[in-house]
Amino acid sequence: MSAASKAERAAANRRRYEELRAAGQELKQLPAPTALDGAPIAADAVVQTEQVPPGWHTTVRLSRGEALRIIDDHGRSSVSLLAWRSEDPTERINCADTVKVQWSAALSKGRMILSDMGRVLLAVIEDTSGAHDLLVGGSTADSTLSAYGEVTRNTQANFISAAAKIGLGLRDIPPCVTFFAPVTTDAAGRFVWHAARKHAGDFVDLRAEMNLIVAVSNCAHPLDPARPAATAPITLIRHRLPPPAVDDVCRTASEEAVRAYAFTDQLFA
Amino acid sequence: MPSTDPGHLVYGFDIPAERPWSRVLKRGQTLRIIDSEGEQAVDALIYAAADTAERYSAQDTLRVQGSAYLELGTRLISNRGRVMARITADTCGRHDTSAGCCSCESNAVRFGEATRYLHACRENFILELSRHGLTKRDIVSNLNFFMNVPIEPTGNFTVLDGPSSPGNYVDVTAEMDLLFVISNCPQVNNPCNGFDPTPIRVEIRETAAA
Ligand SMILES: [Zn+2]
Repeated sequence: MSAASKAERAAANRRRYEELRAAGQELKQLPAPTALDGAPIAADAVVQTEQVPPGWHTTVRLSRGEALRIIDDHGRSSVSLLAWRSEDPTERINCADTVKVQWSAALSKGRMILSDMGRVLLAVIEDTSGAHDLLVGGSTADSTLSAYGEVTRNTQANFISAAAKIGLGLRDIPPCVTFFAPVTTDAAGRFVWHAARKHAGDFVDLRAEMNLIVAVSNCAHPLDPARPAATAPITLIRHRLPPPAVDDVCRTASEEAVRAYAFTDQLFA
Repeated sequence: MPSTDPGHLVYGFDIPAERPWSRVLKRGQTLRIIDSEGEQAVDALIYAAADTAERYSAQDTLRVQGSAYLELGTRLISNRGRVMARITADTCGRHDTSAGCCSCESNAVRFGEATRYLHACRENFILELSRHGLTKRDIVSNLNFFMNVPIEPTGNFTVLDGPSSPGNYVDVTAEMDLLFVISNCPQVNNPCNGFDPTPIRVEIRETAAA
C-alpha cells in the first residue's frame, strides 16, 4: 500500500472511531434505574426461587428468554457472576469486551453482558443500582487472608467448585462481573468504593439471550470496607418473560447492541 | 527492588507487525518489550510453565494494586494468587489490562461487519497457544502494553492514541518459569496502533541475582 493511501485509510479509520465514540458515550438512550418497588414479578412467572447464604454459591440454568432476578435483600451483599453458553461452554462471559464494546465500565439498566464471541449472554433489563464492578473481580483466598487474617469462603473458591460440578475447571474461569459492588476509578486510576450507593432490596434482572449456565457467588467484594460484617443472604428468582418488544431498550440502545443482537439471533434463526 | 543492571542478553527477536510470538521465560530472567517504531500496542498472556491452568489474572492484579493501570513496580498476579512477574522498568508509563484483546467477533460488533475478516489478536493467540496444547478456553483478560485506556469516574472507557515513542520499552522480570505469549496487535480500527501496526522487539536478559 502506498504511503498516501495508507494515510488516507488511517484518516478514515480515525474519523470513524471518533464518530463511534461520540455515539457510544452519549448515553442518552439508556433508561433511568428501576425503582426499588418497581417491576414486580407475577407469581405464575416464577420458575424457581433460591436463597443463597453468605459465603456460598449456586448454579442456575437459564433458557433463552428467561430472566434471573438477583436481590441484595439487606444491602450488604455483593454478588459475583460467571456465565457459560450451555451448548458450548467455551463461549462465556467476557468482561473486557463488555466494557470495551459499550465504551463504559459502568453496567446499568439497558446494557448487555457480552460473550467472547461477540454475542449477548445477558441483558440488564431491570436494575435499581447501577453500581456494579467489571474490573476488580471477586474475593480470593488471598484477599480474605489479608482482610480478615484468615482464609474464609471466597468467590474464587466458589467458582472453582461451581465449575467443577458442571465438568469445567480452572481454565474455564474468566474474569467475573460483581453486582452491588459500587466501584469507580478516580482521576489517578485508584479504585473508590461508594458505600452510599448500596440499598437494601437492590435488584437486577438479567435476561438470558442464549441458553446459559450461570454461577453466582455471594461473598463480600474485596474492596468493601464493611467486611466481614457485610454478609447476608441473597435471593435469586428465575422467571419467565414475555418476548422482548421490537423497541426493547437493551436491543436498541446503540449500534453496537443492534449488531451484537443480530449475531446472537443468528444462533437461533 | 528491581535491579538497574540490565543483565546480559540471551535472546533477541524482532516480532513483525501483526504477528504472534511465545517463549518460556525462566525465573529471574527479564523480558524487555521494545516498541521499535512507537504507537504500537502489545497484547500479552502469561502462564505458569509448570501448570498452564495457572495464568495471569487481570482482576487479581488490579485488586492487589488498588489501581486500574499497570506501571513500574506492578506485581502481575496469577489466578492462584501468586506473583508471576514484576514490571521492573518502564519508559512509557501507560499500560492497560481491562480492555482485552481484539477479535474478529468483537471487531464486527464494535466497528461493523466489514471488519470481521481483519486479522486480530485473538486469532494470533489461538494459533500461538495451539503450539503449546492450549485453546481458546485458555484466553483470559490479557495485558496491553503501551495501550492508553483511561477509565473516567463515570465509567467512560476509551482507547486513546498509542502513547509510546520509538524505542520505549517495558521490562517484565519472571518470578517463576513462565510461558509468555504475545500478539503484536494488528488492530487498525482504533488509535492504539496509530492505525498502522509496526514491528516490536523482544529481548531476554539474565538478571543479576537480587
Ligand atoms: Zn489487538
